[in-house]
Amino acid sequence: MKGYPPKLFLRFFRWYCLPKLLDHIEGDLIEVYRQRLRKLGKRKADIKFIVDVLLLFRPSIIRPIEGHKNLNNYGMLKSYFKIGWRNLSRNKGYSFINIGGLALGITITILISLWMYDELSFDKSHQNYGRIARVVQNVTNNGEVQTWTTVPFPLAEELRKNYGSDFKHVVMAVQWGDHLLSFDDKRLKVTGVYFEKEAPEMFSLKMTQGSANLSDPVSILLSSSMAKTFFGDGDPLNKFMKIDNMPLVKVIGVYEDFPHNSTFAGLNFISTWDLFYSGNSWLKTAEDPWRPNFTTLFVQLNDHADIHAVSSKIKDAKLKRVNVQLAKKKPELFLHSMSRWHLYSEFKNGINIGGAIQYVWMFGIIGVFVLLLACINFMNLSTARSEKRAKEVGIRKTVGSLGGQLILQFFSESLLTVLFAFIFSLLLVQFALPFFNEVSNKQMSIAWTNPFFWCTSIILIVLTALVAGSYPAFYLSSFKPVKVLKGTFKAGRFAAMPRKVLVVLQFTVSITLIVGTVIVYQQIQFAKDRPIGYSRNNLINIPTMNPSIHNHFNAVKDELMQTGVIASLAESQSPTTGVWNSTSGFSWRGKDPDLSIDFGVVSAGLDYGKTIGWHLKEGRDFSRDFLSDSSALILNQAAVHLMGLKNPIGEVVTWWGHPNTVIGVIKDMVMESPYDEPRPIIYELSKDDGNMVIIKLNPTVTANDALSKIEPIFKKYNTEQPFEFQFVDDDYEKKFGNEERIGKLSGFFTTLAVIISCLGIFGLASFTAEQRTKEIGIRKVLGASVSTLWRMLSKDFVVLVVLACFIAVPLSYYFLHQWLSKYAYRTEITGWVFLVTGIGAIAITLLTISYQAIKAALMSPVNSLKSE
Amino acid sequence: MKKYYLGEFEEIVLLTIGILNKEAYGVSIKNEIEARLERDVSMGGMHSSLIRLEDKGYIKSSNGEATEERAGRPRRYFEITALGKKAIAYSKSTRDELWNAIPKVVLELRQSL
Repeated sequence: MKGYPPKLFLRFFRWYCLPKLLDHIEGDLIEVYRQRLRKLGKRKADIKFIVDVLLLFRPSIIRPIEGHKNLNNYGMLKSYFKIGWRNLSRNKGYSFINIGGLALGITITILISLWMYDELSFDKSHQNYGRIARVVQNVTNNGEVQTWTTVPFPLAEELRKNYGSDFKHVVMAVQWGDHLLSFDDKRLKVTGVYFEKEAPEMFSLKMTQGSANLSDPVSILLSSSMAKTFFGDGDPLNKFMKIDNMPLVKVIGVYEDFPHNSTFAGLNFISTWDLFYSGNSWLKTAEDPWRPNFTTLFVQLNDHADIHAVSSKIKDAKLKRVNVQLAKKKPELFLHSMSRWHLYSEFKNGINIGGAIQYVWMFGIIGVFVLLLACINFMNLSTARSEKRAKEVGIRKTVGSLGGQLILQFFSESLLTVLFAFIFSLLLVQFALPFFNEVSNKQMSIAWTNPFFWCTSIILIVLTALVAGSYPAFYLSSFKPVKVLKGTFKAGRFAAMPRKVLVVLQFTVSITLIVGTVIVYQQIQFAKDRPIGYSRNNLINIPTMNPSIHNHFNAVKDELMQTGVIASLAESQSPTTGVWNSTSGFSWRGKDPDLSIDFGVVSAGLDYGKTIGWHLKEGRDFSRDFLSDSSALILNQAAVHLMGLKNPIGEVVTWWGHPNTVIGVIKDMVMESPYDEPRPIIYELSKDDGNMVIIKLNPTVTANDALSKIEPIFKKYNTEQPFEFQFVDDDYEKKFGNEERIGKLSGFFTTLAVIISCLGIFGLASFTAEQRTKEIGIRKVLGASVSTLWRMLSKDFVVLVVLACFIAVPLSYYFLHQWLSKYAYRTEITGWVFLVTGIGAIAITLLTISYQAIKAALMSPVNSLKSE
Repeated sequence: MKKYYLGEFEEIVLLTIGILNKEAYGVSIKNEIEARLERDVSMGGMHSSLIRLEDKGYIKSSNGEATEERAGRPRRYFEITALGKKAIAYSKSTRDELWNAIPKVVLELRQSL
């Protein structure tokens, strides 16, 4: 009896069933269907058939989705890795060069990535970083636009009152810096700030204890580390502490320390603006509160507000309020977003010109190039050794391998190599991190548990394997089996061409990096050697945070002089390594009435000039003998030049209406950035207490002896404050910190780049020497000397390096010229740098390849020629 | 440790293959079980047991003739292997051991219920 089950379900069954089961199960199905058809009729047989088909839909009967082909592929991949592993372990030397070079390259890439990640995530730990901004102002000073990050204090109220709809919070910060914090007898110098009360919420402070409610003016918040320093494991809450000479404040909360990569890192206490305001009565009585700029103003925008729109809205908020004199400076306010504080911090002519972001870019590019150098090693060695593997490719192709499969094979080999290199590099990174952290002044670590880190690592591995493996894979897989197997295969004359290009590229990068590092160091050295206009040897600063020393200054001085360990001392309001005051309040004969310019002002006591050893050009120093010196001024050359005074001595300069006489002119001193032109500075004799005492030690006494004698005297007169001092030359060195850091980092990267490049040519040289064994043997038989052979083998590489030099010179000149142009006081790029670097590069190359060349040249021809 | 693993249905299928001796193929096994045990056997259940048994090496299979009745599809005949024989023998002996271990009283009681 014929009769067929429902077609649709039969087809469905055929679709899902395993091919090897299909025939007989389908037979069974049809047979059973027909039996049922006879017994039960079509409808019931159909239904039962459908049920059967559906019940057969189970794992052991359904065919796998991918089919059977995949299993084979897996086996093939396994074999690729096995062959790759055998190749690696057979050629230990080359594998070492490949894996070692790649490991170094990946190490640098990981270090640089960590560094970049740290830089790019700066300040991002604050929840609202996208909505927070600092109010800064552009002021026009003598035709030049300067950007100031501080503003007058009434501006906060002004913004709240008249522009309040755009801001969620407006918070002032003042006196952000070192303060003397004390509890009972314990006194420490601690970095802190006075904030308005909304700050904890705005900057998303993480409280570990107590509350963050700063409504009570006499309250203070401590960082956890500071709470630990003062109270150990005890409870800091509700304890009373003292900041400088302010009234007692109560600890109301403890917050988690700010992360290392935050603008607020190291901020160890927060007190209230109200406390500062009530403690500084002059604020209330100031004749023009809009004049001094001493507060930092932070705002958090409302959710709907756009930062650019608000920025242009508040532009004239200060201009509208200031007096005519100050209005000449055309103060323009704008908002500097928190996400840009760190990376885009530099302004020139009122326009943001970047900042740290350029180093992020620079090191990013260096990282990519160093990794590329390591990839080039891999490419060169793989293709150079291609003849060794040509037979394998030929046989694989004859047996039926497709081009694509061979490409896959070589890719899997490069993946294997990169994988090994990656594991090594993780170890290297782990070792190098402490050193790297110290140099870069960061606290980075590998985020082992972070999936983002592993994702990035996998991308890095695959990408490196692709870059390193692509050229060898396509090159090797393109061999023609007939030629290769007949034995006539010889890489042609031009086969080495791409290799040469790559070697030139490697050395161009290395030489550029070397020149860069040398120039960075030269610039630092140049600035360090700059004549600074005073003598910083044996000079120390002792900060004074209260007037005790000032009140007994003569007694202190007498006692110190009696010990014989000091040569001289003076009070000052600024250290010699900075100018803390500036004012536009000067006018003189012949001053352009439209001109508004800021002069740096240094107020210092008697003997200041003698102590620091400045050089008087004209006139005289301040003196005890002239009572009139209380209204006398000394100018620096830059100030004289700016004022355009022909005969400065005796000129009358008025300062906010008070006449002062110029009594002397000194040579410009480097007080601020050693890279900038000196700015006009005016020195006055001050009777008030200074921020520090500057002491010149007696050069015949050792510093330790001197300090041990000075300390008790200071402690005797200033019982409140712990004795602290700072050597001026140390302080001066700090001005080079940033540049030195860059120099060290680029030196580190350059060294590794050079090592990687040398590894590469070392491998290539050993390969050429091996390839030319017979040639060398015959030459030796015919009478070639070792030095001729050495020259012959070295020549090829030296030519490449010389070529690289010629490319690197204009390239590095261009980049370094760009970099140097941002310094006003800068070194010249001279020819000898390139010359020395070039000779150095050639010398290194020769050293690297000579080992192989001489080894080959010394080999006995008997050994190399006997085999055929 | 289990030496041989046989599910209840697998055991039935294996025994039926033995009963059918050389005539065991999908439909005949199904019909035999249905006839002897008066239970419905689904194609899915049976075939997956057959696959499992073959995987375990208790049965082997060979292609037979194609018939008109089966629309030209070949039959696949199943045979018990030596391992399969051991497996059912083992299964039987363990059952017997268990039966023998039951005290007479228990069985009587159960019968009287």
